[in-house]
Amino acid sequence: MVPLSYYLLLSGILFACGVTGFLIKRNIITIFMSIELMLNGVNLSFVAFAAHWHSLAGQVFVFFVMVVAAAEAAVGLAIIIAVYRTRETLNVDQVNLLKL
Amino acid sequence: MTANFHLWLIPVLPLAGAAINGFFGKKASRPAVSTVGLLFSGAAFAWALWVALHFSSVEAPYPEFVAHWIRAGAFSADFAFYLDQLSLVMLLVVTGVGFLIHIYSVGYMWDDPSYYRFFAYLNLFMFFMLTLVLANNYLLMFVGWEGVGLASYLLIGFWFTKDSAASAGKKAFIVNRIGDFGFLIGLFLIIQNFKSLNFTDVFAKVGLLAPETAGAGLLTAIGILLMVGACGKSAQIPLYVWLPDAMEGPTPVSALIHAATMVTAGVYMIARSHAIFERAPGALMVVAIIGTLTALFAATIGIAQTDIKKVLAYSTVSQLGYMFMACGVGAFSAGIFHLMTHAFFKGLLFLGAGSVIHAVGGEQDMRKMGGLKSYIPWTFLVMLIATAAIAGIPPLAGFWSKDEILWKAFSSEHGSWVFWLVGVITAFITSFYMFRLLFMTFWGNYHGAHVDEDGHGSLGHDGHGEPHESPWVMLAPLMILAVLSLFGGFVGLHNHFENFLAPVFGSGGGATGESAKSGTEWALMGVSVLVALLGAIMAWVLYVSKPYLPQKIADSLGSFYEAVLNKYYVDELYAKLFVKPLVDGSTSILWQGVDRKVIDDSINDAADGARHVSDEVRHMQSGNLRSYAGWIAAGASLLIAYMIWVGVR
Amino acid sequence: MNVHLILFLAFGAVALAGAINLLAQTHPINSALSLIAVMAALAGEYLLLGAEFVAAVQVIVYAGAIMVLFVFTIMLLNAGVEERTKGSRVAVLFGIPGILLGSILVAWVVLRHSGTEAVAAGALPGSPQTIGPLLFHEFLLPFEITSILILIAIMGAVVLASKPPSAPRKVS
Repeated sequence: MVPLSYYLLLSGILFACGVTGFLIKRNIITIFMSIELMLNGVNLSFVAFAAHWHSLAGQVFVFFVMVVAAAEAAVGLAIIIAVYRTRETLNVDQVNLLKL
Repeated sequence: MTANFHLWLIPVLPLAGAAINGFFGKKASRPAVSTVGLLFSGAAFAWALWVALHFSSVEAPYPEFVAHWIRAGAFSADFAFYLDQLSLVMLLVVTGVGFLIHIYSVGYMWDDPSYYRFFAYLNLFMFFMLTLVLANNYLLMFVGWEGVGLASYLLIGFWFTKDSAASAGKKAFIVNRIGDFGFLIGLFLIIQNFKSLNFTDVFAKVGLLAPETAGAGLLTAIGILLMVGACGKSAQIPLYVWLPDAMEGPTPVSALIHAATMVTAGVYMIARSHAIFERAPGALMVVAIIGTLTALFAATIGIAQTDIKKVLAYSTVSQLGYMFMACGVGAFSAGIFHLMTHAFFKGLLFLGAGSVIHAVGGEQDMRKMGGLKSYIPWTFLVMLIATAAIAGIPPLAGFWSKDEILWKAFSSEHGSWVFWLVGVITAFITSFYMFRLLFMTFWGNYHGAHVDEDGHGSLGHDGHGEPHESPWVMLAPLMILAVLSLFGGFVGLHNHFENFLAPVFGSGGGATGESAKSGTEWALMGVSVLVALLGAIMAWVLYVSKPYLPQKIADSLGSFYEAVLNKYYVDELYAKLFVKPLVDGSTSILWQGVDRKVIDDSINDAADGARHVSDEVRHMQSGNLRSYAGWIAAGASLLIAYMIWVGVR
Repeated sequence: MNVHLILFLAFGAVALAGAINLLAQTHPINSALSLIAVMAALAGEYLLLGAEFVAAVQVIVYAGAIMVLFVFTIMLLNAGVEERTKGSRVAVLFGIPGILLGSILVAWVVLRHSGTEAVAAGALPGSPQTIGPLLFHEFLLPFEITSILILIAIMGAVVLASKPPSAPRKVS
């Protein structure tokens, strides 16, 4: 019997790792992958709560999250390809023309 | 039966004239402007005459209500007029002398490019002065009071392109303002204590109060404050300094406003408020002292002046002092009598001086005149009559009124022989400097600009060389005023004038009612005639028979003579004491300090501050994705912390 | 100490290791592979909770399609080892402490309010038979909307990633 809090802690740690990766990584694709990590962490907490409250709505929501993540990944990677074509770099620090 | 006098017409007719000339006069021809100006002021005079003729058919005082003005709770002041004997006298003087001066101005100002503006302003002045005289409450009177001050400013500075004229206009207005401040505080005291400003209400309530013989009280305070206002408007010490400067204006202006009518507004106001003064002996004493001192002071200055108009200006200040002296000893009707005769002969003097100035082509320095009696005999004649009148030589008008004042100063219960003595000395000095003016101007040899070979003079207008007589349009008013100066004093015989005004001033107006004069009165009358003749003789000696004497006397008196010549340096004293600190304080504190540093700088600093803040904040828009993420993460965690804190509590 | 707990800890350890490896690796392909490991471990966690359908979808869609997409993109763009460039001070200075603070707070809350209630293994069976009716009855509207969303994503991706129209060639 695993306490609910263990699942939530694991989910929180995964989420924190995702945010940290977003902050310290310089490659756009790696940053994107950190976003996916964040989403996975959140999915875990959804499912854990669904089991805790005995409501299948949590799992259905996870389904939708995954669908959206797929759409987002597709579009995002297309954008990365477009940016790579114009700027010739995958380093996010060098894509900084929008500044004051 | 009470006729409807339609008193409102009397002020409104000149106002209409002012409006027509003011708006349409610029493009109109000179005859048109003259017609409008003369028509409306003449109509006002005619109406005043008609009212005077029918005055006995109504019960005085005659009130006339025109329109509501202020209704504020218990306080009300309306556009309403009030005609009693006092305002009737003032009405006739203002419209009559005013109309004559309008006629004179047609000739005097004919060559001026702003001819229409002059008549517009002159009519405007008439409107305000008549409002002042006919008002039935202090507030409407104050409207007229301020309005004549405005008209005076406009007319003194008529030739506003001249610096000295513009400054003189400002000086007149500002000094008047100081007096008006006192006047206003007096009015506030009246409102506070009597809850009204209507003459009938206030004087009825004042009549219920006891006389303040033991020390100063409310009525004394009101009286002194009203006197402050009168000092400003009627050029008494210490606020007389604007009147000599006001001679920058055209001579008809000096005649009308600064001799006959506006400066007498103060006297009229004091006389109107006699109920207050009669119950405040302290205030009466103040009035008398100021009047007497001013009379003497201004007369001494008049001795040394060389500008013909300045002599007349100081003479006006001095004669106004006589009127205040009369009011101050309780002889209000004598003061008004002198006001009337003074309007005649002082108006005549100024208009005559204008004729002289016109004759010599603009020169006003008497040392450059002389011997004019052969060139301008008519002007000489009227000036002689006027000078005799002001000196108090019987049976001309000035003798009757001045003698009345001196007698009342001696004999009235508020008077004293001190006032009489100073009055007599001043009469001597008055006679002296007025005859000095006459002799310097008309006797001797002509020292002015002469004809050169081409027949053109160096001064004056249109190639005129020799002094020449004025046109009939200027001479006719002079003649009429001369007649009035000759015979106008006879209304004082048998106390007619006093009895006429008795319903207004009551028996406390200093009238003893008797027509027989006592021995003392005859003796004093003799003394005043004597000093008048003495003054004339002394002037003759100094300026006709031994013309070298004045210079020797002046040299021997040295610095004292310098002081008198420079008006006792009063203007310089005021400049140092009041004007300079005010201007300096205003520049350094109000302008540099408050306006620049506080107001301007605070706005500039606010703008600078906004710019600095935005300069700092804009660094957030770095274009760097990761810094944005950093901010988001930090902000999100703060939000979470806040939500936890709220949830835990 | 029961099997449930041991299995949970095992899968959890794999997930954590993968996550930390994702951060530690410099080459994107290594990070991608770590992420696949994380997803597989999470699929195991879902099974422990009884969510069979979700676990299957996780493996098929997430690990099998999305991560493959990532790997394809890495290959396409020839992404190399990350260079060290001048980063953002703000990210390090504010972000990391921020997220640390956030996670500590959340952990504290969770531990304080958790009590000892436990989730049984396979507590809520989520088989297709149970998920399906839910999906097509109560959640029909979101279902249809997400299908439109996918359509839009397809169109967007095609437009964004296609080659820009090239200039007409000169006739030699």
